[in-house]
Amino acid sequence: MIRSIGLAVVLFALWLLLSGHFSPLLIGLGLGSSVLVVYITHRMNVIDHEGFPIHLGFAAPTYLLWLGWEIVKANVDVVRIILTPSLPISPTMFRVRASQKSELGHVVYANSITLTPGTVTVDIIDDELEVHALTSGAADELQGGQMDRMASHMEGNGENGAPEART
Amino acid sequence: MAADIASWIFILAGSFLVVAGGIGILRLPDVYTRMHAAGVTDTLATFLLVVGMAFQAGFTLVTAKLLLIVVFTFFASPTASHALAQAALASGLKPRLAEDRRPKDGKSLDDGGAE
Repeated sequence: MIRSIGLAVVLFALWLLLSGHFSPLLIGLGLGSSVLVVYITHRMNVIDHEGFPIHLGFAAPTYLLWLGWEIVKANVDVVRIILTPSLPISPTMFRVRASQKSELGHVVYANSITLTPGTVTVDIIDDELEVHALTSGAADELQGGQMDRMASHMEGNGENGAPEART
Repeated sequence: MAADIASWIFILAGSFLVVAGGIGILRLPDVYTRMHAAGVTDTLATFLLVVGMAFQAGFTLVTAKLLLIVVFTFFASPTASHALAQAALASGLKPRLAEDRRPKDGKSLDDGGAE
């Protein structure tokens, strides 16, 4: 229920943001369509901990900030490699364990790896991710497991709003 | 004025990264490594360009919409990259590797690809 209300609020805020008009008619239409969309998604049974992961709470923005900084560092590394005349790459394939408990956690971790230039998640086999890295250094760093711990930490912090079973 | 200068700095930095990403796509040897160069264009370059544009737009709804573009790019681009990489691997394209740290027992899984 909280998820449905939350989704309606987010949708309506998005409507206001994108329309920029505040006449009663347009606000009414926005309210109407938000409620309609929530009703449809409720019937489709997709408002769950994956579709609307509100339970992550403040852990998510904190993680995103950390990830943003990692992305900046990785960008600098990759650009430096590209612009070095000798092109010092050492492509490496390897597997890392995704220690997150939920599928959502696995997806967050796998996408974080892909979003960071220099590493791309190629495959997911059970709870292991197969990763292609541009350099063995990038591979070492990922195998060090800090990103895995950060993603698990974010997932763990969200536990008080535990993912409910789909009904 | 200050906003204009900040805007210039961000847009120039973003443009530099886009060009660098393009050079990377030309210089790197295969699909998998090229994807890393494309990653530069997808992430930091997009972000810097949009922030530069946001400085031009000021504190308006346009800025909010620009930032939404960044949010959606950051959710969509890793999904697309992953799909591309997996499709390449599943169709049997072997990455050129300097080092293969994959466990030997799991190798059949990768060669089969389909599952």
